[in-house]
Amino acid sequence: MIVSYKWLQRYVDIKVSPEELAKKVTMAGIEVEGIHYPAQDIHNVKVGQIKTIRPHENSDKLQICLMDMGDELLQVVTGAPNIAVGQKVPVALENATLPGDFRVEKTVLRGVESFGMLCSMAELAIDDSAEAKAGLWVLPEDAPLGADIVAYMDLDDAYLELGLTPNRSDCLSVLNFAKEVAAVLHIECNEPDLSYMEGPEKIEKLAKITVEDTDLCKRYTARLVKNIKIGPSPWWMQQCLRSAGMRPINNIVDIGNFVLLEMGVPLHTFDYDTLTGHEIIVRRGEKDEKIITLDNQERFCDEETLLICDAEKAVCVAGIMGGLNTEVEPTTTNILIEAARFDPVCIRHTSRRLGLRSEASLRFEKGIDLFTIDKASRRCAQLLVELGGGTAVEGVLDSYAGPAYENKVIMRKTLPNELLGTSYTEQEVKDVFDWLHFSYVEKEGCLEVEIPSFRQDITRPVDLVEEIARLQGYDKIPITLPIGATTEGKRTEKQIFFDDLRKLCVSCGLHEVVNYSFINPTEWDKLLLPSESAYRNTVKISNPLTEEQSIMRTTLLPGLLKNASYNQSRRITNLKLAEIGAVFLPSGKELPDEKMHLGVLAMGEEEQNWLTNKAAYDYFYLKGILEKIAKSFGIENWQVVVADDIPFLHPGKSAKIMINGQMIGFIGELHPNVLKNYGVVRTSCMEIDLEAAFMACNRKITCQPLPKYPAIHRDIALMADIAVPVATIEEVIRKAAGDSLVKIGLFDVYQGSQLPNGKRSLAYNLTFQAMDRTLKDSEVNEAFDRVVEQLQEELGVQLR
Amino acid sequence: MNNKLQELQKMALEKLAEAKNAAELNELKVQYLGKKGQLTQMARNISEIAAEERPKFGQAINQVKASIEESLNQHLKEMEEKMLAAQLKKESIDITLPGRNVDLGTVHPLTMVINEVKDIFLGMGYSVEEGPQIETEYYNFEALNLPKEHPARDMQDSFYVTDSTLLRSQTSPVQVRTMEKMVPQVPVKIICPGTVYRRDDDATHSPMFHQIEGLVIDKNIRMSDLKGTLLTFVRQMFGEDREIRLRPSYFPFTEPSAEVDISCFACGGKGCRLCKDTGWIEVLGSGMVHPRVLEMSGYDPEEVTGFAFGIGVERIAMLKYGIGDIRLFFENDLRFLSQF
Repeated sequence: MIVSYKWLQRYVDIKVSPEELAKKVTMAGIEVEGIHYPAQDIHNVKVGQIKTIRPHENSDKLQICLMDMGDELLQVVTGAPNIAVGQKVPVALENATLPGDFRVEKTVLRGVESFGMLCSMAELAIDDSAEAKAGLWVLPEDAPLGADIVAYMDLDDAYLELGLTPNRSDCLSVLNFAKEVAAVLHIECNEPDLSYMEGPEKIEKLAKITVEDTDLCKRYTARLVKNIKIGPSPWWMQQCLRSAGMRPINNIVDIGNFVLLEMGVPLHTFDYDTLTGHEIIVRRGEKDEKIITLDNQERFCDEETLLICDAEKAVCVAGIMGGLNTEVEPTTTNILIEAARFDPVCIRHTSRRLGLRSEASLRFEKGIDLFTIDKASRRCAQLLVELGGGTAVEGVLDSYAGPAYENKVIMRKTLPNELLGTSYTEQEVKDVFDWLHFSYVEKEGCLEVEIPSFRQDITRPVDLVEEIARLQGYDKIPITLPIGATTEGKRTEKQIFFDDLRKLCVSCGLHEVVNYSFINPTEWDKLLLPSESAYRNTVKISNPLTEEQSIMRTTLLPGLLKNASYNQSRRITNLKLAEIGAVFLPSGKELPDEKMHLGVLAMGEEEQNWLTNKAAYDYFYLKGILEKIAKSFGIENWQVVVADDIPFLHPGKSAKIMINGQMIGFIGELHPNVLKNYGVVRTSCMEIDLEAAFMACNRKITCQPLPKYPAIHRDIALMADIAVPVATIEEVIRKAAGDSLVKIGLFDVYQGSQLPNGKRSLAYNLTFQAMDRTLKDSEVNEAFDRVVEQLQEELGVQLR
Repeated sequence: MNNKLQELQKMALEKLAEAKNAAELNELKVQYLGKKGQLTQMARNISEIAAEERPKFGQAINQVKASIEESLNQHLKEMEEKMLAAQLKKESIDITLPGRNVDLGTVHPLTMVINEVKDIFLGMGYSVEEGPQIETEYYNFEALNLPKEHPARDMQDSFYVTDSTLLRSQTSPVQVRTMEKMVPQVPVKIICPGTVYRRDDDATHSPMFHQIEGLVIDKNIRMSDLKGTLLTFVRQMFGEDREIRLRPSYFPFTEPSAEVDISCFACGGKGCRLCKDTGWIEVLGSGMVHPRVLEMSGYDPEEVTGFAFGIGVERIAMLKYGIGDIRLFFENDLRFLSQF
């Protein structure tokens, strides 16, 4: 909402500057987001009169005017078509400035000197319509020669741009905002006088209204003004409309728009003589019922469209746009004024369905105050009489039969200080109601406050407390801290788990990322997932911004791969990322399941260092991280099993991560085709269900005493089939050696030409130790022999 | 005989002093002190000396032997020191070469802000609550005093899943869920960090972003307590000399409501580009919990009152780290991430 400072001054005598006003109003709750000065760039433009006009020798379009500026005569060349001797027009003199960073210089136009420029309204940024651009701005005949145009035409206004919160839609009315200003500045607001002469005819005899669908139209009123002479509206009214971005048309249309802006009540003006039966019927539309609106478009209705009809046809889509058939024409003389309240939801739906939004529909959607309707209708009639020379017919047709307005809120006198922590006196509280013109009476320790109808936002005592707080100033509220029982601030076990896991990831060299929860459905094809894959069973967004963000992720992988591809295209090929985030799984219940996952992605290889060889970010790199996580959180019972059925992973370099026989995630290098689809180099990834991992955590620490007796070390070199997993070999070693074996260290793995085909050699360091005594050599030898024997027997593994 | 002994001592010490390396010293050791060494030879000749002279002579021999040994050890030690010094010198490295790689990752800036805020409020006795990101309309809107067709719903254009479920547009539903869980106990002192979603996408709006909601419910909670709490928070977060300013505003779930500005930390309030010459920066929204919200969650607004506030995590991170475009948080460019 934009409000003109000059317009405000029609109701309130503001003694402060627009900037000061903006600050005060903002600090009282209505934010002024900006101030615009429409005439700030206009300098040295003065009223001049055309004395003579002569043609330009070298141009058909240009003419040469001799301008009387009052104290001097100037020659000005102009291209404007609408000039005539005797006209008064704005003349931008040498060194004048105009909006759009334009400076007027003395020039020579095709050989003829020009000492200024004759201006249109468009050039002064008053009106940018085609008509305004087409010709000079012809000023009133009594304009004084040499007068500054800004002062003479009252252009030096300031437009305040209000950022209205939804509760203060009452300030979509300039008059209501003026009342707010009055309350903030503690001054009076002078409402316009609404009286005018009526009669002698009575409206009941000339028109009739019937509201059929009262659920969608709580109140409908009509007034009739006859014998209006159509013409331009006065300059001040035109300027008011322009401040709100509306273009002046003629007095009837302008008065309607002026009252809309002044009172916040949209009006509709019908040409009374085109209403068949001089009758108004308000009803729902029928399916596919047609109406041609003012913009010459054929519109179709549905059963939820509210129509204004006469005895035989629809004449207006209620609250949205009038029909062409009853439009006010230059020949119109008799006007029926509609002022009504239509159902906000109905207007919102229709406005969205038809794609038509206007100042009127905006206000209907917020809900028109039932009790300002009559005032607005009166104001319109009064202005039509005053400015249009019309005769108002006596009375009003009013469909409203509901109760008279009443809104009283009872507030305990102690409530404001209790809730705000302030120490306002009773008088300070009452002062606020006085500034607001809310009347009140005392009742047993309470104030019963009468709320004016336009403040629909005030329904409870706390709403009054807010009025007191904001008008006395939030800066008056003291600074305290809650007094009350002490509470302990603590994180849950699970929150600690997530925080610690994040730290662990960082210590593993991973960079934390945050990705959108919604992804592109095409990701599944890029990940080679078959149509029956569980990953494809997603939660879908019904109104996504784009298709690329239309489904909720069931895995963190697509986001991480997007990051990999994004970085790679910026020549960053070595990357280690981690994300801790939710995935969303349809559950069959109202809300889907949300599970926290850890996703890790490692692309490329370790940055080369002069000291070390590059290590690839491969399966084993991630497995190292996995082992670290398991160790750090005391997760035992975990293992990896071969996974050759995860389509996006390399079938020979991937595994399922299992805890107690249940899969909680995957780890592996990505399938070469997936790498191709995302355009990335070698990449490994891992994803873990953190709910399951958390359940398996055991972070209870019981410190073990340090061993007192020496350990004995034995190396063992084995030759085994490649197909025998290391985990199986170690299991056999552990079982065969018994409790005295405390550590198995694999220090070399070799396969190659030195060994028979299909074999590899494994070298272990075994550590034996007992807590209660020094082990004898013979004991260790026995254990060692058992190991060799069992390996041979169970797995065919030989000593090398 | 004694003269001969002194001669030998003098000679030996001179030679020791001239020795160039450990080998030469060892040779000298053999030459004088060895089994066939000169001093040993002389000692064997003790029988040629008169019996009464012998003890004296023996003593003299021992003295010479000790002095040669001492000198020998001294020279050996010096020699070793020299050699070590030479070796160390040879081993010296270019200390300006870079060190071995020890990888360290980074925490995402949004997590950094969330952690900082969490720590501040944990210290003030708040606990951390979480809730689902896909919510029912009831928790996201209705229970927060935003019934269907309420004009304020237009403030937030939301992503819907079904007619009655949506991606939560604010973390406030966690307030309601917590109150329902806690009622009728007081005090409730929680913060709820979380991911939220709105249908906006430009340089200052992301369709997914993060909020931290705070809620306190107790007997006699006043708006002055809100002001004090926020001042404490702001000073820990943005510096001890920050001031705050509350401006009246509107949120359907609080009354009275306030936008909270902090004095600009770039210019200290004098006015600069960051604060658009106002001296103030808007950082969060807050207010006293609306009685309707308390009622709907089962609390009696005549008995208890409360305050709530909501912090935009991206906004705080952008202010704190000088980040100009919100999209940087979600592109996850390594060059961006590794700055934190």
